[in-house]
Amino acid sequence: MKAKKLISLAMTTAMVAGLACIPVSAEGDNTLTVWCWDPAFNIYAMQEAEKIYQADHPDFSLEIVETPWADVQTKLTTAATSGDLDTLPDIFLMQDNAFQKNQISFPDVFADLTDSGIDFSQFGAAKVAYSVVDGKNYGVPFDNGAVVAAYRTDILEEAGFTLDDFTDITWSDYLEKGKVVLEKTGKPLLSMQAGESDLIMMMLQSAGASCFDEEGNPNMVDNAALKEVMNTYAELVKAGVLIEVNSWDEYIGTMANENVAGTINGCWILASIQTTEEQSGKWGITNMPALENVEGATNYSNNGGSSWAVTTKCANPELAFDFLNSTFAGSVELYETILPSSGALATYLPAGESDVYAEPQEFFGGDAIFAKITEFAGKVPSNNTGVYYYEARDAVATAITNVVAGADVDAELQTAQDTISFAMGM
Amino acid sequence: MNASKRKKMSLSKRHNLTGWGFLAPAAILILIMSFVPMVKALILSFQTGIGANMKPAGLFNYQRMFQDKVFMTALKNNFLYLIIQVPIMLILALVLASMLNNKDLKFKGLFRTCIFLPCATSLVSYAIVFRTLFAMDGFVNTFLMKLHIIDQGINWLANPTTARAVIIIALIWRWTGYNMVFYLSGLQNIDYSVYEAARIDGASPFQSFWKITVPLLKPTILLTTIMSTNGTLQLFDESVNLTNGGPSNATITMSHYIYNMSFKYTPNFGYAAAMSYLILILVAILALVQMKVGDKRE
Repeated sequence: MKAKKLISLAMTTAMVAGLACIPVSAEGDNTLTVWCWDPAFNIYAMQEAEKIYQADHPDFSLEIVETPWADVQTKLTTAATSGDLDTLPDIFLMQDNAFQKNQISFPDVFADLTDSGIDFSQFGAAKVAYSVVDGKNYGVPFDNGAVVAAYRTDILEEAGFTLDDFTDITWSDYLEKGKVVLEKTGKPLLSMQAGESDLIMMMLQSAGASCFDEEGNPNMVDNAALKEVMNTYAELVKAGVLIEVNSWDEYIGTMANENVAGTINGCWILASIQTTEEQSGKWGITNMPALENVEGATNYSNNGGSSWAVTTKCANPELAFDFLNSTFAGSVELYETILPSSGALATYLPAGESDVYAEPQEFFGGDAIFAKITEFAGKVPSNNTGVYYYEARDAVATAITNVVAGADVDAELQTAQDTISFAMGM
Repeated sequence: MNASKRKKMSLSKRHNLTGWGFLAPAAILILIMSFVPMVKALILSFQTGIGANMKPAGLFNYQRMFQDKVFMTALKNNFLYLIIQVPIMLILALVLASMLNNKDLKFKGLFRTCIFLPCATSLVSYAIVFRTLFAMDGFVNTFLMKLHIIDQGINWLANPTTARAVIIIALIWRWTGYNMVFYLSGLQNIDYSVYEAARIDGASPFQSFWKITVPLLKPTILLTTIMSTNGTLQLFDESVNLTNGGPSNATITMSHYIYNMSFKYTPNFGYAAAMSYLILILVAILALVQMKVGDKRE
């Protein structure tokens, strides 16, 4: 009896001890954990970076955990508010638009990279600015979100246009030509996801404008740029040149199923376009249309992009810094490898001079698109996205939905500004 | 030593102790996993600030939410779903249950399984399936156009009224079978001879449904009403995955807005916690009202 009890006690103890052991991983000092989300893109880039770093540091290895962006945000929030940072990885990828918000909300999570040895002057200044808070660097810039306008050159031809007719144009040119394309081919020029404000944000930034002023206060009601953007968008929808779909899958579907003659988005969209192989050679890219009556309007903008952050939980920050410094912030070779297969366009300036960028791309009619996009990226005006960027996006999306349905622009912008002011008044 | 002590206990004491022993693990887990967070959330709801930088704010959050236009829209949406969807669903479930309770019906098991089956699907996947069904080039539009009921596709999810209708249809599809099972089990307790007697006395099927089934099922109806009210006020997956709250917040629910406030926007957990407590208070009030109205036992 007693022996049995002892045995069961011993078993239980062993089991409990075994359970307790699980979270304590038996990793060596040379392993870093990384969270990022796209196997064809940033995960792939990390794997290549690992290989490059392993050449000099054979013991080094990465543990890359595929974590969708929404989950990165949720897990980060949970870990930071509970004060238990152990669940976090050593390095994670952060959307540029969410960077400042997260750093300000959870200052304890982000390791200060200012004195890490990384030379931030090697990156585009507007890009680095996304991950700078109070003059300190918290992120290593990764991919580029320079906006491209991609068109189906075969469909344009059917309507009597070439890519040149859509280069360096304004939105009213775009609308007029779009009407012709619609009439002759039955296809709209552009599709967008309803209830999202990607296009509006791109149009705003193309003129260096945003929903906030320099001090970060909401600035929507007397914002001439925003007003013109809203009116342009509504006109495009009313003319049928822009069709709104309800989900991201449908948006991708409009291109894959040849229901639209083009799209305007961050250059990362090219990866999705290229998945439809039979459309090879039928696409061409150029810059986006510019606003007409706004000071500082350009044909260039930015949508998306991300940066690497190091957590304070990282047990070996020196290793993490050195790894990032020798790869994403120091290896032209890395960017040369990942560019052709994933389209991960660098914001690391020395990489832009590489020959790989000048190579013609079969899919886009033999055009050297990467050199083109790098050129676009250099001309993007920077703007103040602000800490309340996502609130502003949703408020503007609500406003534009109502404007398209016939509501008054000024009244809707007033409502949107009230919504943001309310959100900020805590 | 222990053994001798135990022998001195009375039998009832020992039974009590055994009972508590079995209850303790679950009770402790519920206490730690459920009640402690609830208390912490209550404390949190009296604080405000961005992310981890919280400071005490008294009742500020509770006053604030009534000036929050988006939250008020969400509150109205929730009540719209509640007022329209819950009665339709419960009546449908009741009708289906009494039809399937018929002794002479063949393939009863098959029908019951078919109607209950939607409940086994995951909330996210069924919401996405409905989104696809009601897409511009989705099944519903294609079907209606083939039957020449409509000439061109309706953009269901882009119009506030139709988007709300789609959510209500989805909810009815997902939850009717679930409630029907409660009614079916309730009906097992009603002796079939009661119905036979009623029929001999010349009662129509409608009369026996209204005069026998409904009154005898009252406790079950009360239970399902409270559960449905609770579920509707906490609605989340459908708003997020089916319509994403759109068009222009016409379908957003309170839980969806609370999620946005915590994870999408600049996080303000104090305010989010306060809004969650409002849902709790609303559920409690509605349940109380329903119990007072529905339960006439003295």
